[in-house]
Amino acid sequence: MKLPLAIFALLALVPILSALGVPLGGFVPLLLGRVMIFAIAAMSLDLILGIGGLASFGHAAPLAIGAYAVAILDAANIHDAVIVVPVAMAAAGFFATATGAVALRTRGVNFIMITLAFAQMIYFAAASLADYGGDDGYTLYSRTTVLGAKLLDGKAFYPTVLVVLFLVWLKLRIIAASRFGRTLSAIRQNRPRAQALGFNAFAVELAAMAIASALCALAGVLLANEAEFVSPAFASWARSGDLMVMVILGGVGSLHGAILGAFAVVMAEEALGRLTQHWPLLFGPSLVLAVLFLRRGIAGIGGRRD
Amino acid sequence: MTLLAVQLLNGFQLGMLLFLVAAGLTLVFGVMNFVNLAHGVQYMLGAYLGVTCASLAGGFWLGLLLAAMAAGAFGLALEWLIFRHLYARSDLDQVLATFGIIVTLNEAVRLLWGSAPLELPMPDLLSGSFMLMDGLRYPVYRIAITAVGLLVGLALAFLVNRTRAGMLIRAGASNPDMVNALGVDIRRLFRLVFGIGAMLAGFAGVLAAPLVSVEPGMGENVLILAFVVIVIGGIGSIRGAFIAAILVGLVDTVGRTMITDLSHAVLSGQAASRLGPALASMLIYLVMAAVLAWRPAGLFPART
Amino acid sequence: MLKQLLGGLTLSVFAFAAQAQDVKVTVISTLSGPQATLGEQIRDGFNLAVEQLGGKLGGLKATITVVDDELKPDVAVTKIRGLLESTKQDFVIGPVFSVVKAAIFKPVTSAGAYLISPNAGLSTFAGKACSKDLFVTSYQNDQPHSVSGQFATDQGYKKAFIIAPNYQAGRDALTGFKSRYKGEVVSEDYVPLTQMDMQSELAKIASAKPDVVFVFLPGGLGINFVKQYRQAGLTNIPVLSTFTVDESTLPAEGDAAIGFYSGTNWAPNMDNPANKAFVAAFEKKFNYVPGTYAAQAWDTAMLIDSAVKVAGTDHEKLRPALEKADFASVRGSFKFGKNHYPIQDFYLAQVAKRADGKLQTEIRKKVLTADVDTYAAECQM
Repeated sequence: MKLPLAIFALLALVPILSALGVPLGGFVPLLLGRVMIFAIAAMSLDLILGIGGLASFGHAAPLAIGAYAVAILDAANIHDAVIVVPVAMAAAGFFATATGAVALRTRGVNFIMITLAFAQMIYFAAASLADYGGDDGYTLYSRTTVLGAKLLDGKAFYPTVLVVLFLVWLKLRIIAASRFGRTLSAIRQNRPRAQALGFNAFAVELAAMAIASALCALAGVLLANEAEFVSPAFASWARSGDLMVMVILGGVGSLHGAILGAFAVVMAEEALGRLTQHWPLLFGPSLVLAVLFLRRGIAGIGGRRD
Repeated sequence: MTLLAVQLLNGFQLGMLLFLVAAGLTLVFGVMNFVNLAHGVQYMLGAYLGVTCASLAGGFWLGLLLAAMAAGAFGLALEWLIFRHLYARSDLDQVLATFGIIVTLNEAVRLLWGSAPLELPMPDLLSGSFMLMDGLRYPVYRIAITAVGLLVGLALAFLVNRTRAGMLIRAGASNPDMVNALGVDIRRLFRLVFGIGAMLAGFAGVLAAPLVSVEPGMGENVLILAFVVIVIGGIGSIRGAFIAAILVGLVDTVGRTMITDLSHAVLSGQAASRLGPALASMLIYLVMAAVLAWRPAGLFPART
Repeated sequence: MLKQLLGGLTLSVFAFAAQAQDVKVTVISTLSGPQATLGEQIRDGFNLAVEQLGGKLGGLKATITVVDDELKPDVAVTKIRGLLESTKQDFVIGPVFSVVKAAIFKPVTSAGAYLISPNAGLSTFAGKACSKDLFVTSYQNDQPHSVSGQFATDQGYKKAFIIAPNYQAGRDALTGFKSRYKGEVVSEDYVPLTQMDMQSELAKIASAKPDVVFVFLPGGLGINFVKQYRQAGLTNIPVLSTFTVDESTLPAEGDAAIGFYSGTNWAPNMDNPANKAFVAAFEKKFNYVPGTYAAQAWDTAMLIDSAVKVAGTDHEKLRPALEKADFASVRGSFKFGKNHYPIQDFYLAQVAKRADGKLQTEIRKKVLTADVDTYAAECQM
């Protein structure tokens, strides 16, 4: 319990420091903002991947759905989160329910591949939306407001994202500890036994996918606002891979590990990119080493899992 | 009508190329239960080594031999260095580690060979072509690839179903502990399978090089297609991979054209010219989702 | 994490220490991943020019930051915004691809820097949405494609078969071709961006028997097409193209590309003193034949040099100086239209082998003279 709180405390330090007049430069809040957005997406993936054992290779799809909800409503001149967020979450939830019903028929690697297939369909569908820029993407006219307040703009952006991250983490923890969460975990550990006990494994897993997808759409809404831009690249399979890497690297099933994983991946890109143009040569091997030597991910360093 | 026949031939030939890559993948996957995303970079490495070996050795054939061997050796080195520590680990750990290898090797290739695409000329022996239909010649080289695909398929089927090593491979796939207990060195068996898989991928890379652009990242497209193939075919099944490869090849050539024409027939103007290509791009994924919805374990699952 | 925070701190402190009397330029380009070839040409072309100018632009010391956009729009936005917030930049040069340009346009221009694009020439910013702070030194994206359309019309080709990848730039390319082509388009094909095998398209071409083929197949797609087109023996049908046979792909296409046509605003053999010097110096330093990407990046550096010479780093004074475009372009004549996109000549070039065995595109015919893009009229600055 200490580690997650320490993470949030550190993240909260940034706006406090800059409010006190410490010159952090523009870069630190920007990068950490990005880390937190991806952390939301990765944490939602951790619900199905870590707790539910469902390795979705298509989690960029709900991210893109959330982002495109912002873009499409932006074109219709609707900018308030009161409408944008429910639309985004409902669309992503619906997508997960429809595709999950098919995908959950499969197991293991077939599940990985079928979720990838559905995400690719979203990618190509987004690329064919000529009214929203097709492949070139769509630049937002204006950022999303919250009941008219510009909470996703300028200095307010970082604290807002932090609050969303905290709420999503809290929500996921509550879910994980609930009867539903423990059933989901039981199904991962021993599906036949859970079914023999009378649980409807399919329904539980489908519900988990819908919840994860809807929460991930939140990250999509934030990402669209951060970049003021939306493009099919948000749904690319490489992005799905990134999210998986964040979860596994951070420590599967621990939720806050996903924050650390997102931090590690975003920072590695940035910091290694500064060192050398050939930064993947450093990043790749560190992934391999992490798998070989950090068995419980970053969150598991130096002690028991809490 | 001739056009359709030609397109069928094209689809079949693309399928054979895919099969060469997918065969190794499905073996490693089915036998060792090891998710090797790095299979695609083996293919890329094969193509690059092919270019270099062919220019060093002064010919395509020697280049092909050297490159396939080098790719196999490299695969074995990876297996010894990294993969063997991962057999007992979860799918996800394997995915992450092999993803790290993709990232590393793509960049290493860029560093060593530069990011500009390279060329490997066709061997003179097979550079001829014959008239296939009015105005269209068909390279002999493509026929050769098709033949090689068929041969490899037969050889693998023979190896797995008719030899002692194949019997052990099958046994190892269904119960590795038991095979180990019976005094067979399962590690050595796995290494053999892995070496064959890596060599096949590298071999396919060299064969494809005269037809396609040799560039960093060329492995990923093929990797995804190969995964689609083995998932449709049923993991671990050579027969399944063979049939699925042909299916994917046909869908990608014939199906793509047909769906565009169809959308033009059903819809009009703007809508058709947008929907057609979008559907064509998604087509193999639609096919895969449909197959898996119908048979969740693929067409010919090796394990039940 | 603390270390990273401290890293950020020291970074911003360094930013404070930077000299006031220099020109700050950021080059944002795709430098990692499979698409890096074009990005490297832009970086190399720009760096060569700055080096030739003695590390200065317009007489002031040039501080150049190179940023890799990874071809991910959101990554590009974060990197560029972070950079602009920590250090004010006078110019941002780039990017290679339209998708990145659309994403970074707002962050760059709202931070008070000029965005100068040495390659991506989106139509969006050429018309109604044109900007005082954006200059494009390449072309408006439709123009090179329309060159082939015009040429096909001039030659009296009656039936054309046209192919592009299935994405926005691909659709724009075919629209560009059709805008000046008067004959019949027998088939308009879109292939997926990841397509490896062109055999299906080739069979359709053979069966449709067009008078001319027009393709826009950049990067690996073009390489596969060119090789397989030759292998299919379709030599009797001429191929017009854009960004399919250029100096970035020719080394991989090899002799198969000889004879293919390309619509362009520049080629390495263009006959003017600036260009001869540029090509010779470029090949000496980087050991490959430069393409339009490098040439346009070189021009971009020279443009900045000419403007800073007159106006220093004063943002408002720089604008008229940039608009004048008073420099010796490798394209011979160069001037800006009122939408800050170039007004220039366009040519039909053809792939040929040089005396030293390397391949390059060579100018064959001037097709369009002082061409103004069709969106310029809508621009009100």
